[in-house]
Amino acid sequence: METINIRRFIIQAIIILLSSVILIQLFIMQVTDESYAAMAQNNVIRDETIYPSRGQVIDRNGHKVVNNEAVYDIIFIPRQVQELDTNKLCQLLAISKTDFINNLKKVRKSKGYNPLRPQTLFKQIPASVFSKFQEYLYQFPGFYTQVRAVRSYPFANAAHLLGYIGEVNQKQIDASEYYEMGDYIGISGIERTYEKILRGEKGLRKNIVDVHNREIGSYLDGEKDKEAVAGQDIQLTIDINLQSYVEELMKNKKGGVVAIEPSTGEILTLVSAPYYDPNRLTGKKLGIEMAKLKRDTLKPLFNRALMSGLYPPGSTFKPLMALIGLQEKAFGPNFGYGCGGGYRLSASQVIGCHGHASAYNVKEAIKHSCNAYFCRSLYLFLENDKYPGGRREGLTKWVEHLADFGLGVKLPVDLPNTSKGMVPTSAYYDTVTYKREIPKSENEPKWKSNWIISLGIGQGELGVTPLQLAHMTSIIANRGTYYYPHIVRPEKWDTSSIYTTPYKVSVEKKYFDVVVDGMEGVVTGGTARIARIDDIAVCGKTGTAENPHGEDHSLFIAFAPKDNPKIAIGVMVENAGFGSRFGAPIASLTIEKYLTGEISEKRQALETKILEANLIK
Amino acid sequence: MSTKKVDPDWLTIFIYLMLVAIGYLAIYAADYNELYPKAWDVARNYGKQFVWIGICMLVALIIQVFDTRFFTAFSYVIYGAVLLLLVATLFFGAEIAGSKSWIRLGFFNLQSSEFAKFSTCLALASFLSNKKTDLDNFKHQLIAAALILLPTLLILRQGDAGSAIVFVSLVLVLYREGLSGGFLLVGILAIVLFISSLLFEFPYIIGLLGFILLMTLVLRQGFQLRNMLFFLLPVVGIFVGSIYLEPLTFLIALGVAAILFLFITIVSKRYTVGLLTLTLFCSIYVKGVDYIFNNVLKEHHRNRIGVVLGTIEDKKGVGYNLNQSKIAIGSGGVWGKGFLQGTQNKGDFVPEQSTDFIFCTVGEEFGFVGSCILMGLFIILMLRIIALAERQKSDFSRIYGYGVASIIFFHFFINMGMTIGLVPVIGIPLPFISYGGSSLLAFTILLFILIKLDSERLLYLR
Repeated sequence: METINIRRFIIQAIIILLSSVILIQLFIMQVTDESYAAMAQNNVIRDETIYPSRGQVIDRNGHKVVNNEAVYDIIFIPRQVQELDTNKLCQLLAISKTDFINNLKKVRKSKGYNPLRPQTLFKQIPASVFSKFQEYLYQFPGFYTQVRAVRSYPFANAAHLLGYIGEVNQKQIDASEYYEMGDYIGISGIERTYEKILRGEKGLRKNIVDVHNREIGSYLDGEKDKEAVAGQDIQLTIDINLQSYVEELMKNKKGGVVAIEPSTGEILTLVSAPYYDPNRLTGKKLGIEMAKLKRDTLKPLFNRALMSGLYPPGSTFKPLMALIGLQEKAFGPNFGYGCGGGYRLSASQVIGCHGHASAYNVKEAIKHSCNAYFCRSLYLFLENDKYPGGRREGLTKWVEHLADFGLGVKLPVDLPNTSKGMVPTSAYYDTVTYKREIPKSENEPKWKSNWIISLGIGQGELGVTPLQLAHMTSIIANRGTYYYPHIVRPEKWDTSSIYTTPYKVSVEKKYFDVVVDGMEGVVTGGTARIARIDDIAVCGKTGTAENPHGEDHSLFIAFAPKDNPKIAIGVMVENAGFGSRFGAPIASLTIEKYLTGEISEKRQALETKILEANLIK
Repeated sequence: MSTKKVDPDWLTIFIYLMLVAIGYLAIYAADYNELYPKAWDVARNYGKQFVWIGICMLVALIIQVFDTRFFTAFSYVIYGAVLLLLVATLFFGAEIAGSKSWIRLGFFNLQSSEFAKFSTCLALASFLSNKKTDLDNFKHQLIAAALILLPTLLILRQGDAGSAIVFVSLVLVLYREGLSGGFLLVGILAIVLFISSLLFEFPYIIGLLGFILLMTLVLRQGFQLRNMLFFLLPVVGIFVGSIYLEPLTFLIALGVAAILFLFITIVSKRYTVGLLTLTLFCSIYVKGVDYIFNNVLKEHHRNRIGVVLGTIEDKKGVGYNLNQSKIAIGSGGVWGKGFLQGTQNKGDFVPEQSTDFIFCTVGEEFGFVGSCILMGLFIILMLRIIALAERQKSDFSRIYGYGVASIIFFHFFINMGMTIGLVPVIGIPLPFISYGGSSLLAFTILLFILIKLDSERLLYLR
């Protein structure tokens, strides 16, 4: 038994010995060695988000349209704050004490609040205020600053297409892995469509800071840091000077103007009136200004150029009607039709026309905008013998052609919230309840061509946006080929972009000539002589959209010059009467301004008249 | 035979309760968030631990109700059942943090390896207390080794090397029960040489080893020139050979020499030759480890071992954890930063701060004084367990008691040593303190079976 007892003591000795080793090491570490305490003090890692600068925006001529302006967020880590001099802080930041207390309360109540982590107390302190505060920053332990950028707009124009940025909401945070509370995101316009390109990628820097919050180095030699990637700049296809000019023309009016460069599909100007200064929706005033704009009964936030798809194109539709009629051989270019004051539906019903000589061909019909002629055109189109399915198939064909020209479809423009407008289908007319006749058989459509005949002159159940008008005009100007309209220049090498691919419509090129000639006649000797510009062959077409609720809407489409057109434009002015009253002058002034850079002396009276006209009372 | 039943050992129970309470406070501190200052929240670690403490109290009580004969009679059954559980874990287990050692049971994850500790102690106690068992018998040595190695290998297979290595501590039990001390020495020598072979150049190790053995020779046999030369010349030869020969050739040469001298040792039984043989085997071992390390192991294995030994600097992984752990403990000072005032634990610098690195919280918030109290409790507990074991009249109870002491000691030493950088980082919990239901429950069962056995030490004389 004696050896056994020795073994017991050996085991006990091993336990005591090894425990003593630990105890000695602990003594050394905790009592004699001071360096650990120092290291612990130096061992606070602070994450710093590096916000990339948001990409800037220039117009087609290189003018800076969207800028970044530095502002500063005041951040604090609650646990690190010591002996805060609230009065001084508020004074330095030019903030009232109640605001301070309210913000503090809000921060404390917020969802992700953690006193050990940085909390944003004030947002977007302007640089002027900040520079003063920065000198005293050292007096406020636990407080830091974070540079952020807000947008600024050197030109107070193009608010609708530029859009604005705002803080992400909870839904967006949940839906994405990128965004965090307090991040900015493009909410409308190109800020939204090009968000990923403009925003760049956030970076992260892990800093080691001491107890006084002084940075003493980067954590792990920056191994876990992530560089921020700056947002890319983008170039608009917009000519900001033209945009500015058209906005002036549209002052005190409601409506939309879109101009496109036919050879590229680049949108030169896109105006929705009433408009607002984009600088209103930046920085801290965003919320208040937004509420004001939302309350405005004129709906300035509503982008009429893209979204108002309920106004019929009126007579601006006639060139297209002619084109597709010719393509489908519903009639030939020399088809003549007596006007006689209108299109007779029955003995008592007439779609009236203004007094002009009867059109003996397509060109003359467009020039004089003959209603009877184009009603008959639609009739011939729908009742074409070549369609075995009868007028149902005729209407379907008609809808297809319209879609080809961008009507009734959502154009793939690089802006959010575009309306597809309205083009009625045969299915639609089949569901409408008619008072008049009951069809003889099931296969027979419930409707007759004459009942929907006003579609031929662009009235009835048609609806187009100014963008669609401009796009359609651009296709006509280009004699059938087109690029999809876009507002940001795609990289030339980017063949995957839909904006660099040319498309062709179903109407053959040969049919365009008579139509274009007719449109030229509209300006030289037709309904829109007011749109004439010396030395520039302008082709246009007036339109008046009937408005049962008030004054008709004034429309105009045009392109110029006739050969190698540089600009195609669609104008819609609400409650402005005939197309020649406002639509045509605004379009032609825009064309002249764009092509020559100025308004000729002769036309300055017209310019003044338009500039001063006030249709909003 | 007496039929008198004595009280359970209140001192052990008291220390147990103290440790569990400290553990709860430490987990609370580690998991503390001043936004949720509730003392009890089931969703958080300390809340769960609270529930577990309750369950453990209950289990401890239930164990006291059992007949002790249950543990002696069913020791192999329990052992077998836990082995099955280990196997089942391999098939149905969930993988958490790289090791497949958990069985999902809905309300909690059971770590089967924790329960292998007391079951192995029971089985070992049963086997060794058998009158027929003789630890000098090679076959019996093998059976004892198998009892220990079976769960070890299964746990190793689960990928939890830390828990597997714990069973090595049971060698202490075998030693207490008569296993030759030579095994202990050879084991220690093997570990020391393994580590040093990776840390130091071969000639230094052999030089040092040769010097120690030479001193042994001098002390044992006095200064005899013939013996000295007989010993020194081959050692110098190894020195030179290690420098000029190809590693593999050198290893083979060493092997041949070692076998030759082993033969002479057996024939002549001369002490000098014995020492020389030992030196040769050590050389082969050291060089072999070196060779395998550099030529057989893959890069990531080398890195892992290198990091543990500090030959490779790794600021991100293991090295980072250890550094943060040392900063937390070291910054505690004499009196600590105060309960819930630790900056390092709060700052989430310390990894696994509720489980393996729980001592960081104690060290930081209660300082050297607190650490001493905790260590004192552990040392008293371990010595008390040995005292309990020694006062048993039944061999089974004594052996089991040593098993308990060995396992708690191993956990205690490795865990504490790892947090202060004395021992490589091996992820095993600090008994009774670390967060984790399986661990706490298993240690409670381990300890309270002993308390039960002790309370009936007068009842069963076997």
